[in-house]
Amino acid sequence: MAEIVLMRNFSNPDSHKITAYRAAGGYAAWDKARQMEPAAITEEVKKANLRGLGGAGFPTGTKWSFIPKNHTGPVYLVVNADEGEPGTFKDRYLLERDPHALIEGMLIAARAVRCTKSFVYIRGEYVEPWRRFSTAVKEAYDDGLLGQGLDIIIHRGAGAYICGEETGLLSSLEGKKGWPKIKPPFPAIKGAFGQPTIVNNVETLCCVPPIVTRGAEWFAGLGTKTQGGTRMYSVSGRVKKPAVYEASVAITLRQLIEMAGGVSGTGRLKAVVPGGGSAAILTADEIDVTMDVDGLKNAGTMIGSAGVMVMDESVSIPEALMVLARFYAHESCGQCTPCRESTGWIYKMVHRIVDGHGHKDDLDTILDVAKRGAGTTICAFYDGAVGPYISYIEKFRSEFETLIPHA
Amino acid sequence: MSASHGAASTASGTPAFSEAQLAEVRRLQGLYPDKRGALLPVLHMAQETFGYISLEAEEYVASLFELAPAHVHEVVTFYTLYFRERPGRHVVAVCHTLSCHLAGAPKIIAYLKQKLGIEPGETTEDGRVTFLTVECLCACEAAPMAQIDDRYELNLTPETIDRLLEGLR
Repeated sequence: MAEIVLMRNFSNPDSHKITAYRAAGGYAAWDKARQMEPAAITEEVKKANLRGLGGAGFPTGTKWSFIPKNHTGPVYLVVNADEGEPGTFKDRYLLERDPHALIEGMLIAARAVRCTKSFVYIRGEYVEPWRRFSTAVKEAYDDGLLGQGLDIIIHRGAGAYICGEETGLLSSLEGKKGWPKIKPPFPAIKGAFGQPTIVNNVETLCCVPPIVTRGAEWFAGLGTKTQGGTRMYSVSGRVKKPAVYEASVAITLRQLIEMAGGVSGTGRLKAVVPGGGSAAILTADEIDVTMDVDGLKNAGTMIGSAGVMVMDESVSIPEALMVLARFYAHESCGQCTPCRESTGWIYKMVHRIVDGHGHKDDLDTILDVAKRGAGTTICAFYDGAVGPYISYIEKFRSEFETLIPHA
Repeated sequence: MSASHGAASTASGTPAFSEAQLAEVRRLQGLYPDKRGALLPVLHMAQETFGYISLEAEEYVASLFELAPAHVHEVVTFYTLYFRERPGRHVVAVCHTLSCHLAGAPKIIAYLKQKLGIEPGETTEDGRVTFLTVECLCACEAAPMAQIDDRYELNLTPETIDRLLEGLR
């Protein structure tokens, strides 16, 4: 339906090479941006209504404008390529198939925030994306794009979901375990190595070159009033054609499932996770929502990283929650007590319910613990676990109850 | 700094980098505003060189960063990709998070248990394969999937597993 912006080069088998990228008009945005005042670049990105595509949906231009104007020391740009949200795989495609789009986005963003040294934090398991991106960075150095105002340092993670949380990522970049930091101060004021830092997602930065080339108005016009552009939806689970799809942020969830070939399995939809594992679940009756940040927020869930996981009628919701509860129990970093303790206990309780050994009060206990802990921790990880705990149980309570003896 | 490096590299049985690797360590440390930033990359190097990260390797790496060994230990134990015991010659890590689960990961895991005769977290007696279950590897479009050493293996079936295991020597 909408224009293809982010995946425009994917059909070319050489799309990861600088020659192919340039032949397709690549680095023209950088040629334009390097003639622009930094503040004008930020203003353009603000007007484009670009919002962060890693999960939080924060307005990108606004984030850039938080870098203190009077700061005389270094400013860092850190790219969050620590993709790990269950159900999400879009950044893997961008790193492998259009790494120069990311480099160009970084060049422009770095100029906007006056940064000369940047870091790209790639999850450790992403070996092939890391190789592809490293080769592209080398090409960009050989070409003179890098090393004359901007350096890129590629930093490989070592396996920890929490490092996708921006302050956990910064701790990890600093050579520590990936414990999130209390905000404020926000990274734009005091981030990596104590200096003002912008942390942006891969896909977010890949939107920047087209905004510079084609203008903020065009980009804003692709989306809704409060969010511009298209984005990449990772669609998986029980659909006929699981894949990454690019569409406007104004597409509805129903349209997106149709794009992915419709529901597989029984062919009858039961539920959908619209924005990665941490998003509250939607029932089959709730899919006429638009997929922009505010559309899903108003529907009581979130777009997050746009990882859409589809469940047909044959899927057991308690089992699905058990699988996610195991994820949160495993990935909790252990820093805050409510998260460390609750994720472990809730996993055990959901597990015993699925095993047929649930206690009569288990569901209410889980809901109580989940609700009390929400908002009490340093980062959003636990809130992201609470979304599924509460929504799966509240929307599919009878399915849980049938598994509990004497419920 | 260099004095302690020299001593470590000559002691027999003690993990130590070559001179070229030590130069690489110094290059990596120079990339970061604080050299500690290079700790994860250097631990990756240590694992590639020594096969896993022993307590002795932690102490050695700590000496290269002028850190207390405890600070390196808390990093090594925090991340899943650092092995604290020598793994098998190949690592088979099957994703068991939601999309893979919906696509049949439990059957794949059961099949591997039976084929390898071990539980997740264990290594075959001949030291050939370490079998793990892991959280989302972000290749949900091709579920169920696994990471075998450096490679993502997609759309797994018992047949493809047979073929993949054959290739692991």
